[in-house]
Amino acid sequence: MKNKRQRYCIVGVGNTAYGRTPGLSQTALNVLAIRAALEDAGLTTKDLHGVLTKAPTSTFPRLWAPQIAEALRVQPNIVGTLDQAGATNIGLIQYAISCIELGQGEVVAIAYGDNPRTGTRENYARARGGDGAVAGLFGTPSSYALAARRRMHEYGSTKTQLAHVAMTHRHHASLNPNAVYQTPITIDDYMNARWVAEPFGLLDCCPVSDGGAAYIVTTEARAKELKKAPIYLRGIGQSHPSWEFFRRPDLAASGAAESGRLCFASAGMSTADVDFCEIYDCFTIVPIITLEEYGFVPRGKGGAFYQDGHTRLGGKLPCNTSGGLLSETGMPGTQLVCEAVRQLRGECGVRQVKNPTVGLVSQQGGILTTHATMLLSVEGGQLQ
Amino acid sequence: MNTISTLNFEGFGELFPEITGLTQPFWDGLAQGEVRLQKCAACGTHQYPAESFCYACGAQAMSWVKVAGEGTVYSFIVVHQVYHKLFKAFMPYTVAIVQMDEGPRMLSAMLGLQKPIAIGDRVKPCIRVVDNERAFLTYVPVNQ
Repeated sequence: MKNKRQRYCIVGVGNTAYGRTPGLSQTALNVLAIRAALEDAGLTTKDLHGVLTKAPTSTFPRLWAPQIAEALRVQPNIVGTLDQAGATNIGLIQYAISCIELGQGEVVAIAYGDNPRTGTRENYARARGGDGAVAGLFGTPSSYALAARRRMHEYGSTKTQLAHVAMTHRHHASLNPNAVYQTPITIDDYMNARWVAEPFGLLDCCPVSDGGAAYIVTTEARAKELKKAPIYLRGIGQSHPSWEFFRRPDLAASGAAESGRLCFASAGMSTADVDFCEIYDCFTIVPIITLEEYGFVPRGKGGAFYQDGHTRLGGKLPCNTSGGLLSETGMPGTQLVCEAVRQLRGECGVRQVKNPTVGLVSQQGGILTTHATMLLSVEGGQLQ
Repeated sequence: MNTISTLNFEGFGELFPEITGLTQPFWDGLAQGEVRLQKCAACGTHQYPAESFCYACGAQAMSWVKVAGEGTVYSFIVVHQVYHKLFKAFMPYTVAIVQMDEGPRMLSAMLGLQKPIAIGDRVKPCIRVVDNERAFLTYVPVNQ
């Protein structure tokens, strides 16, 4: 297994407007994002060997990647839709580089686009599983709130700490002209927001948003011929706690510890090498759990790390520099990959992290059910 | 174990999952006022939800047994957002994950609570009757 691998890069990123995009179908949001990413890379649809997708959460259509390929008017060697919810955004990169490593393609587009805000959002308020409805458990926030309550009980996380996750990411969104929610929030705004499912109020929850985002993966050799400096894929890993959230042994644990371990090992790096993080912050508790499980801070200290300002731009470890799911767009995570690439390129203007070398992207899905981690860098290197 | 029918659960039938041959004994048990779980004859593990095999050891040796079903609150939320019209009358209401003494964790509504609950509280089953054929499992504090 220790043969010399190729080096892999993300060479293009693209996205649509976020929030409400009336008139744009799920297909359009995918196609427009992929075309923007190709343009960003200096490529065209003729260069594509693969089209990979995360299925739209709101409808989960079948044979989705082939439909997007058709709408791009390409007939690729590689198509696929991976069923890992939010972790899919990174899982698809593992699929893409596996195909490239086999020599069966060189340029792969990965995309997500959905319109749950202007289309149907029934999937976001449905009952949980078979007995969920009669137990009164509806909607994704309720399930995450059960995990949050347990986490707060075990590690002493407080509402004030959750508030600082929401406030920090909103502060970053206030510096991002494409963010859906740009108005800064205070601790009073957070505490006075209406309850959704205690311990969560409205500002603990990401909004339901329309939009599309995409990125292009290729080899270093190809990347060097293209428009912009390549951003190298240096580490990648997955781990899936998998069980229905309320039955797994530890409700308040995610897959970040194990997927992070694999990712850092494949990069030959440690947390000390990371300049910023883009974390799947569908709810405020998640970045706290994630930072602790990666080992950036000891267990139980993630909330204080936020409250002390270390995750703000200018702090020790800026997190969710575009506003994240909580404030940029509630889309399930593809946009975080775009932001990490743009930060490493130095394209982020007033919200730019100072001279970053390494960025971490954390993605998870379900109710802490799936997890994937990726390390990106401006410096070349191969996966170990 | 108590069976309470003072609260009105008219219409709650539409919230029930599709009942199959595999799950029928659980729901029949509730309709008859008792909590039933599957138990593995090979390893003794109680399990829920129902399957044709044991999640713990894989043996196809499951049978249904009546259990006390008491447990402790593992986590809970208080729901304020109206997701379904049938729960409007109970707002805000509590949903708990109950760690049953027998092993499985159950997801359960806790309705009509006199005071807030906490993680670790002891709770007991309270079967709610919808009509002559249907009932569902909720929990109430042991000391209520």
